[in-house]
Amino acid sequence: MEKFTTHTGVGVPLRRSNVDTDQIIPAVYLKRVTRTGFEDALFAAWRGDPSFVLNQEAYSAGSVLVAGPDFGTGSSREHAVWALKDYGFRVVLSSRFADIFRGNSGKQGLLAGVVAQEDIEILWKVLETRPGTEVTVDLEARTATADDVTVPFQIDDYTRWRLMEGLDDIGLTLKHADDIAAFEEARASWRPKTLPAKHWPTETVEPARAV
Amino acid sequence: MAGTLAEKVWEAHLVRRGTGGEPDLLYIDLHLVHEVTSPQAFEGLRLAGRPVRRPDLTIATEDHNTPTLDIDRPIADETSRTQIDTLRANAREFGVRLHSLGDADQGIVHQVGPQLGLTMPGLTVVCGDSHTSTHGAFGGLAFGIGTSEVEHVLATQTLPLQPFKTMAITVNGALPPGTTSKDIILAVIAKIGTGGGQGYVLEYRGEAIRKLSMEARMTICNMSIEAGARAGMIAPDETTFEYLKGRPHAPEGADWDAAVEYWKTLRSDDDAEFDAEVVLEAADLEPFVTWGTNPGQGLPISASVPVPADIADESERVAAERSLEYMGLEPGTPLRDVKVDTVFIGSCTNGRIEDLRSVAKVVKGRRKADDVRVLVVPASARVRLQAEAEGLDVIFKDFGAEWRNAGCSMCLGMNPDQLAPGERSASTSNRNFEGRQGKGGRTHLVSPLVAAATAIRGTLSSVADLGLADEVDLTTFDGSPLDGVGAPPITETVVDLPMPVPAGAR
Ligand code: SF4
Repeated sequence: MEKFTTHTGVGVPLRRSNVDTDQIIPAVYLKRVTRTGFEDALFAAWRGDPSFVLNQEAYSAGSVLVAGPDFGTGSSREHAVWALKDYGFRVVLSSRFADIFRGNSGKQGLLAGVVAQEDIEILWKVLETRPGTEVTVDLEARTATADDVTVPFQIDDYTRWRLMEGLDDIGLTLKHADDIAAFEEARASWRPKTLPAKHWPTETVEPARAV
Repeated sequence: MAGTLAEKVWEAHLVRRGTGGEPDLLYIDLHLVHEVTSPQAFEGLRLAGRPVRRPDLTIATEDHNTPTLDIDRPIADETSRTQIDTLRANAREFGVRLHSLGDADQGIVHQVGPQLGLTMPGLTVVCGDSHTSTHGAFGGLAFGIGTSEVEHVLATQTLPLQPFKTMAITVNGALPPGTTSKDIILAVIAKIGTGGGQGYVLEYRGEAIRKLSMEARMTICNMSIEAGARAGMIAPDETTFEYLKGRPHAPEGADWDAAVEYWKTLRSDDDAEFDAEVVLEAADLEPFVTWGTNPGQGLPISASVPVPADIADESERVAAERSLEYMGLEPGTPLRDVKVDTVFIGSCTNGRIEDLRSVAKVVKGRRKADDVRVLVVPASARVRLQAEAEGLDVIFKDFGAEWRNAGCSMCLGMNPDQLAPGERSASTSNRNFEGRQGKGGRTHLVSPLVAAATAIRGTLSSVADLGLADEVDLTTFDGSPLDGVGAPPITETVVDLPMPVPAGAR
């Protein structure tokens, strides 16, 4: 995971509240076997509407989403974060996030910053008055700046530390690689190994046919 | 300090104890992989440039999507084919052992582990599948995980986990004839509810459990998840050791002795404290069937479809009404009068050799009811081969059943084996959710014995309904009671069935 200190990118005002994970990415896209390439699935139901914010030239390359309250509710699918990241978003700001979504974001390196609703309104105004305005998000200082407006955001210390260190769950665990190696050293020899493979003699399996 | 079985296994796998609300880091002994939940995990590794830490503790098989007919031909469904091709490519790239369609060791992931002797007492076993709880029957801690956890285990062979609570489920006495371990677990779920086990590891104990064969124990632990639990466990004993001995990956020589000595310590101490306890009398049990759309909506087969108006609890009443509407059942109908269209015998719950033997024993020399389709799908290719060696396939075919290749099949209908809308099945699988076996399909969960009797009569039935009490010998082929209840440890099973005869000779 990339380390996150500051990020500057086009701000996208999403004037909707209660955007659930089904709206972020509909269930039909969950059948895929890849973990990237979900950018086309992001907000799929709205993308056909020419007036939808991401369909407007000035916002289409956005990377800082400024959304209404209760973002990311509904099913716990990790795909919601993948789709936002694949589209190019690095930051989502909202006055309230669903817990699971916020947890998943932290694990995947997407900054979910909690901003007071008045400040969200101010950001929306700036971004709508001058489409294409860039927002600078400073994780160290916990602030987001658009033009001459700077608003604070909240993020818990632990997630902030992880993002700044660029550590995903696996990265965190691998900090204890020595402990894991020591545990493996002491592991009893009767515990099974799948390799080298042992099995009974191979036999031919007759394909069943329709009767 | 006195400990439960679950606590002992947990402690033995602690890489690091979490402090201040941080989770413990647990080592994983065995990681089972299949095609549905692994693709994005492997891709995650690829994106981060990480290897699989322990390919030698990982094994993959194809099961959820695989067809059970024409397995030598290309898979028709595109999603299924893509998932399987992806697994094959990933296994090759990351050096993971894979048993593919057509291989004698291919099969449902929860059959492959035990059958190869990889599943043992005292292990931590994980798989991206909720029925991983099956492996707890050997006295290990086995549970299902999500895709990002699959990636985590592939990369680190560990998982950060918060401790579970423990629940003891004691089943006293002996099962009456015609009932099986499936009826025990259906009764447990009906008793504690589908959420009753939430947050718990269930430990099954008591005389009735001790008498069960290994495969019958797997059936019980398998369905722990249907009670909401993360895992189910049974302390290992001689039955466990005998099952394992001589299997391909079972320890040998000094390792075997050391293992058995350790395994014998794997039991809850007499004064261990559980967070909850449930007691059941086996003698009270009857064959169970479900009537609704969750596994907790089950009743003894002698009962009638419930009348929602009689249910006091408001939310349960509404749930029952909705279930009955979906199931197309009239309140008050005796369960024995419910007619089925399909009987499915298979899945990781009841697709093992003992299950097939007990079904064969009941249907031998009989014909299925006319309008019923009967599907017999062994849990693994080995089970299929074994059944063929014992001549069971001939019994099934003579009965009028379809004898298929191994896989999950109609348990979840990801392959072409599905119920049509409105079609009703008696199924030996584990989930009766709406649409589980096919869109609009109606599922009644039953034991293999009930499935067999139902296939003969065409309506939900138990073996007692066959009216042939003297003719149906309620013992397995080696003389022990059916479904392995009270079965002696498996040794060389003596089979007194005719060997397969060439088609022309009959
Ligand atoms: S048989 Fe059914 S429950 Fe078992 S692993 Fe396959 S799909 Fe899951």
